[in-house]
Amino acid sequence: MSEYSIKDKVAIVGVGETTYYKRGQASVSEFRLACEAIIKAADDAGIDVRDIDGISGYANDRNEASRLATALGLKQLGFAGMVWGGGGGGGSAAVGNAAAALVAGFAKYVVVFRALAQGQFGRFGQAPVSKDISGPGAYTAPYGLYVPAQWVALRTRRFMHQYNINTEPLAAVAMADYYHAQFNPRAVMYGHPLTREQYDKSRWIVEPFHLYDCCMENDGSAALILTTADRARDSRKKPAYVMAAAQGSDYRQGATIENAFDYSSSNFKTLAPRLFEMAGITAKNVDCAQIYEHFSGAVMVSLAEHGFCKPEEVMDFVTFENITAPHGKLPVNTSGGNIAECYMHGLELVAEAVRQVRGESTCQVPDCKISLVASGPMVTPVSDLIVHSI
Amino acid sequence: MADDRKYYLPEGLPTPRAQRNGLDREYWEAAKRHELVVQRCKGCGVFQWGPEPICHKCHSFDLGWQQVSGRGRLFSWVRTWNPVHPALRGACPYIVAVVTLPDADNIRMVGNLLGDPNQNPSFDAEVEAVFEDHGDVALVQWKLR
Repeated sequence: MSEYSIKDKVAIVGVGETTYYKRGQASVSEFRLACEAIIKAADDAGIDVRDIDGISGYANDRNEASRLATALGLKQLGFAGMVWGGGGGGGSAAVGNAAAALVAGFAKYVVVFRALAQGQFGRFGQAPVSKDISGPGAYTAPYGLYVPAQWVALRTRRFMHQYNINTEPLAAVAMADYYHAQFNPRAVMYGHPLTREQYDKSRWIVEPFHLYDCCMENDGSAALILTTADRARDSRKKPAYVMAAAQGSDYRQGATIENAFDYSSSNFKTLAPRLFEMAGITAKNVDCAQIYEHFSGAVMVSLAEHGFCKPEEVMDFVTFENITAPHGKLPVNTSGGNIAECYMHGLELVAEAVRQVRGESTCQVPDCKISLVASGPMVTPVSDLIVHSI
Repeated sequence: MADDRKYYLPEGLPTPRAQRNGLDREYWEAAKRHELVVQRCKGCGVFQWGPEPICHKCHSFDLGWQQVSGRGRLFSWVRTWNPVHPALRGACPYIVAVVTLPDADNIRMVGNLLGDPNQNPSFDAEVEAVFEDHGDVALVQWKLR
C-alpha cells in the first residue's frame, strides 16, 4: 500500500439531519436547514458547534462556507472545500476532502454537509426555460434530452443490452428501498409501503424507469462531523473510522454530448481498486453497501464495478432477497436511500453507513463492521467511501 | 403521428446557437448546408466530440472539421414519457437516440429517431442523418436505414 493514506486516521463522529420533507414542504429556508443539521451533528458528536473549523461541501451547494461560518459564529475557519460538479457524485468525495484536510492539519473538526430545498429553487428533473442555447447543451436540448433521468436511462439501456439484463434488478432496488424505508421513521416514504403491483403499474418517466425507479425531490439537510482519530476516541458515540476514500473519474468520462469513453460504465472502474487497496480489503469483506440511486438502474452497474458481482451475474445477484437487510447477501441502501428515505444528494447514504457501523440503523445488519458508500454513478466525478468500527 | 408534424418535437425548445468563441461555428454552418461535420485534429487525425480547443490525443491546438457520411449505428435510445420542459407537454412519448459514427472513430451524436415514437428499434441498427430546418438553424435527426 502507498505510504500516503488516510486509513483509520480520521473518523465520522457526528451525524445530524433535519426532518426530511417532500419538495416544497419545508417551512424554513435552505440556509436555516443547513444550520440546523450542522448543529445537530455537533450535538451528536458532543462538541460545541463553534469548535468546527472546517467546512466541506459538494454539488455546488448554495450555502456558502463563509456565510455558514459567520452565521454559526465559528471561532476560525481552517478549511473550506467544494467538490467540482453539480451532482451527487461528490458526496463521498466531500468526506474524503474533509479527511485529507484533517490529516494535513488544516483543521480539527470538519463538517461535511448538504442542504437542498428543491421547493425553493430549481428542480433537477425540469429543464430551465430559455430561448437560445449554446455549448454542449445545444446538441442535446433541442431533442428534448435535458435531465439526469434521461442520461442515466441511456447508459442503463446500453448496459442492459450488453449483458442481456431485463428490468428485474431495477425493480429489486426500488422495492428494497421502499422495504427498508418502512422501518425508518426519518424516511419520507415511511408508512407508504410499495407493492410490486404498484411498482409495475406506475407510470413511465423515461424507459426503463418507472416512477418508483427515480429518486424523490426533497427539502432538508444532512451533516457529518469528522475529526482526527485521537480526538475521536473521546466522542460520545462509537466512531466510524474512515477506512478508505476515493474520488475522480475514468478516462475521458467527462466528454460531452454523450461521448463518455466507457458509456455504460458507472465510472467506478479506476476508483474501486484504489479504494479497496487503501482499505486493505476486498468486496467480500463489506457487510453492507449504500449505493447512490438517483435511478435504480445505476445500482447494478455500480455493484458490478466494485466487484460485488460480475456484470454477467447481475440478474442472479441483484435480487430483492440478496439486497435487503438483515439477512441478504449484501444489504443495500438500508435506510431507504434516495428513492424512499430522502434525496439529500446521497449524504443520507453516508449517514446510514455510519449508523450501520455504530449499530444504530433501523434496518441493522447483524454485527456490521464495514459499510461502503458509492456516490453518484454515471456522472463525473464520482466518489467512494468505506467506514468501519474498530 | 410524427410524420404529420412539421418537426419531430414541437416548437418552443431552445434554439441552438454557435458558441460566441467560435469553437463550434463550423458545425452549425455545415448543418445549414445539410452537411454533417465532426471536429478532427489536423495534427494526428483523431476525431473529437464534443468540440474542444485542444486535441485530447496529441494536444495540438490546430483542429479542423471533417465532413462525414451521416451513416451511423444506434448505440442507445430511450423513450421519454415525462415532459421535462414545458414545450414537451403533449409531445410525449418521444425517442432520443445516441448514434455512433463509424467513419469518425465512432464518436457519438444525439438526435431524435424519426418515425413512430412507440417503435422498439434494435441496438446497433443502421441509421442515417437527415436535417430538420428551423429557420436559420438546422438540426440533425436520425432515421433507420
